[in-house]
Order: sequence, then C-alpha cells, then structure tokens
Amino acid sequence: MIVEVSGVSKRFGARLAVDDLTLDVPQGVCFGLLGPNGAGKTTTLRMIYGVARPTRGHVRVFGMDVSRNVRAVRQRLGVTLQHNVLVEPLSPRENLMVFGRYHLLGEAELAQRVEEILDFMELRSHADAPVSTLSGGYQRRLAVALSLVNRPDLLILDEPTTGLDPGVRLALWSRVRELRRNGATILLTTHYMDEAQRLCDHVAIMSDGKVIAQGAPQDLILRYLARETVEIEATPEEEYALLRQFDEVPQLYRAGNRTMIYLDQPERFLDRVRDLDRPDWRTVIVRPTNLEDVFLTLTGATLEDSP
Amino acid sequence: MSLSARHALAVWRRDATMYRRTWRWNILPNFFEPVLYLVSIGVGLGAYITTMGGASYIEFLTPGLVCVAAMNGASFEVTYNVWVRMKNEKIYDAMLTTPIQPVDVVAGEVLWAVTRSSVYGMCFFLVAALAGLAPMPQALWALPVVPLTGLLFASVGLAFTLRIPQMELFSFYYTLFLTPLFLFSSVFFPLEERLSGPWLWFAEVLPLLHPVRLVRAAFDGAPSIGLLWDLAYVLGLSAALLAYAAHRMRRRLIQ
Repeated sequence: MIVEVSGVSKRFGARLAVDDLTLDVPQGVCFGLLGPNGAGKTTTLRMIYGVARPTRGHVRVFGMDVSRNVRAVRQRLGVTLQHNVLVEPLSPRENLMVFGRYHLLGEAELAQRVEEILDFMELRSHADAPVSTLSGGYQRRLAVALSLVNRPDLLILDEPTTGLDPGVRLALWSRVRELRRNGATILLTTHYMDEAQRLCDHVAIMSDGKVIAQGAPQDLILRYLARETVEIEATPEEEYALLRQFDEVPQLYRAGNRTMIYLDQPERFLDRVRDLDRPDWRTVIVRPTNLEDVFLTLTGATLEDSP
Repeated sequence: MSLSARHALAVWRRDATMYRRTWRWNILPNFFEPVLYLVSIGVGLGAYITTMGGASYIEFLTPGLVCVAAMNGASFEVTYNVWVRMKNEKIYDAMLTTPIQPVDVVAGEVLWAVTRSSVYGMCFFLVAALAGLAPMPQALWALPVVPLTGLLFASVGLAFTLRIPQMELFSFYYTLFLTPLFLFSSVFFPLEERLSGPWLWFAEVLPLLHPVRLVRAAFDGAPSIGLLWDLAYVLGLSAALLAYAAHRMRRRLIQ
C-alpha cells in the first residue's frame, strides 16, 4: 500500500472534521476522494502529507509513519494545493527552479528536469513570461508542474480542475493518465463526478468525515442504483401518479421539480409517462446512471445544502 | 523536528531570487533614508550644537544611524513581507508540501532579513565612510555588528508577526515600538546623560541601545569589558525569540 489511513480522526475544537477514517491506496492506482464541501477531504489529504496531525489513529505513506518521517515522505510525493501558489513576477521556468530547490535538487539535474516538465505539461510556449500574465489554465498547469519537479511516486491533487474551462480539464486529465501509466500513484479530490468517473480506478465517497461508500466507479453504480436513469420534470402529485403502478417503488432522487428515477427496465415507465401526458409530450431524458447519481443519492446533498 | 540548514538555505534562496528582480529600485530609497537624517539632523540641527558626547554632533549621530539602517532593513522583511508570504501568498503552505519544515522557514526568513539588513547597514556605512564620518580603521569593527543588529530585529519582529492575529497591528509595532526605540536609544543624544537612577536600569531593556553602544565603541576605538553585556543581550534575546518564533511558526503551519 502506498497510503494507509487507519482509524484516523481529526478534531478542530468542537468540530470533528474526520471521523474514524480508514483508507488504503494501493500502488499505481488513481484514487478519488469525493464528497461535498466540508466532508473532510482536504483535511484527510493534509494528514497524509503531514501538515495536519491526526487526533487519533495512524497515517502511513510508503510504509513510513508520517508523523515520524515527514521529510522522507515528502521527498517522494508531490502536492497540488487547491489554490495555486505561484511566484507571480517570475516565469514558469523560474518558478520550477525555485520549487525544485526546496527538494534540494542539484542545479544541473534540476535544469534538465525543468525542461522535461515544461514539455510534459505543455508550458514551453509560455516558459519565460511572468506568471501574472498567464491565463488561469496555464497557471493551473504550472501549479501541477511544480508538484512534479521531484518525480513523485505519489501525486496528491486537491481539486485539480475546479474553475477550469473544458479544454484545460481535458488536457490535465490526459497528463494525469500519462503519469499513472508511468507508474505514479495518484490521489485526488474533486467535486466533479464526471472527472472521478473518467479518471479514477477507485473512489471513496466521504460525508461528514466518514467514508460512506467506496469501490470502482462502475461497481458503485451497480451496487447502489439501477443501470438506467430517467429524468423528468414532475410535480409531486404527478410523480405519485406515475410511480403508483410499481409493486416496488424504484429509487429516485428529487431536486426541485426535477426527479431522477433509477430503473433497470425503463420502457414500462416511459409508456406510463406518455399515457399520462397524452396528447402532449413532456421532455424525458433517459441516460446511463452515473457516479453523480450515486453521490447525490448517498450524500443526499445538493451543492446548495453544503456548508 | 531539527533544523535542516540546506532547506533553510532554499528558503533564503527564494527570497534572494525575488530580490534580484527588484534590488535596483529597492536599494535606492534604503540608501537615502538614513542619509537624509544625517543631512537634516546632523548638518542642519547639528550646526546649533557645539559638541555632543565629546564629538561634533554629526559624528555623534553617525554610528547610531548605522544601526537604525540595519534595524529598518530587517524589520520590514519579517513584518509585512513575512505576513504577506504566510497569509496572502500562502508560500509557506507550498513549502510544507516539500521536505521543508516550519523551523527551516523561520531560519531561512531570518537569514534573509539579516542579509537585507546588512545591505542597508553597509550602504549607510559606505556613505558615512566616504563623507569622512567613519574613523578608519577602527570603525571597521562596526561591520560585524550590522548583521547582529539585523539578527536581533529579525527575531523581535518575527516573534511579533507570528503572535498577532491581524496585520493592522503592525502599525503598533512601528509607531509604538520601533519609533520610540529610534528616538530613545542613544542615537540622537547620550541616554546616560539625560537619565538617572532606576530609569537608567530600565533603559537597558531597549533592544536598539545595545547595538548602538557596540557600533559607537567601534567608531570611538574604545573597547570595554561592558560591551560583553551588550553582545550577550543581542545574542541571548535573539536566541530566545527565535525559539519562540519557531514554536509559533509550527503552530501556524501545522494543525
């Protein structure tokens, strides 16, 4: 195991941010930590790289107790923080040099490594411009690039693509996949379930400091919900009229006037909707159930509910 | 966790990299500030004063201003600059994702503040020497006191910065601490001639007084055994406050 979190709790005053958490991240996987804001994801990451101390329990990384070997552990990992920490007057190349020195890399080795990373993260065209003149997408790429300077065995990404445009997200995902292919273990947090589903081999869904479900994204979907999702706009009365026919009421999730109904065989239900609507048609979406459905059903949270 | 000198140097190196970008604009005002005091008070006001402490007024004023230059250089660095790096830019949070530890951050920042205070102090010393106000060669003994002054005020300032909850309190530090020190530490007049009895004992707590005595003794070419107390004060207070600063930095950066 690259990361072993066993029975870890973290208390901030009266608030229990992480509650008896146990997690194992095996070598070479991309592991996603999901959960609404305030679920304890960032605190968990901070305990893994040793800037938050567990109130109870133990964290081991690369087989070492983090609290006792923090320098040795951090030498082999890279962290991209939620907010970019860049030296704005300096260029990407200079930022990489400054950051590489924190790892005590020799100048010649570092200079060579910086060139590799500029290519790998597709930053070369902007390598010498002051960071303050770069777009948000390039700045985020640079933030990720900084965490690669020491060739980490474990890469920790805290919400790597929040606030980025779709093109930059796709570019970052492809870099993360490439790193994983090259043998790195990746641990990331995200709010985006599509990101988790496309990128992660294994996800753990956190709520109130606990893991409430974990597994491969596809397995989680099949374990908790039906294969297909029907999305309709319906008042609660209409919903009742539609669902009355079922011997067993299917699982559903309601957000405002929109209802998601999870069904293995949606045909009968769709007929019923058409009967009810005749002669008009309402818009009905039928799609494969995804991780977001599992997340919403399990956490019961919409973004508005989150603290 | 024990200090790693190489990691502390990496922190220092970061600040130096930034400073290399801006030193041309930075160094000029630093150069002029004490020079303006020297000209205004020394030449202007000094014309009305025949002697002070057995010398012309401008000669009396020069050694104290060497220390003031070093004090100012260190102070700005460990107050506003450290605060911005810690709270606004979150530079230390990024450093702590690498093998750097809070104690290395403290050592690196103090080393940088000492570097910068030395640049300030040496610049002023150079001006004084060129103006014939630093008697050679004995005044050269003042040069090692410049980084010591930087160390002292880096330690005092950093301890304050890591203690306060919001940066508005820096105005207290400057107006109610550094300015009175500047005015009452034997820079402008010999304190021991104006104070008596218990007040003189009380004045011994003033941090700036001790480097000023050391530099003045160098300029006067008058070493004495009493200077060991001043040296011990500078080193002792710095060591105590640095230990405190390292403790506070750990509490600020590690939850």
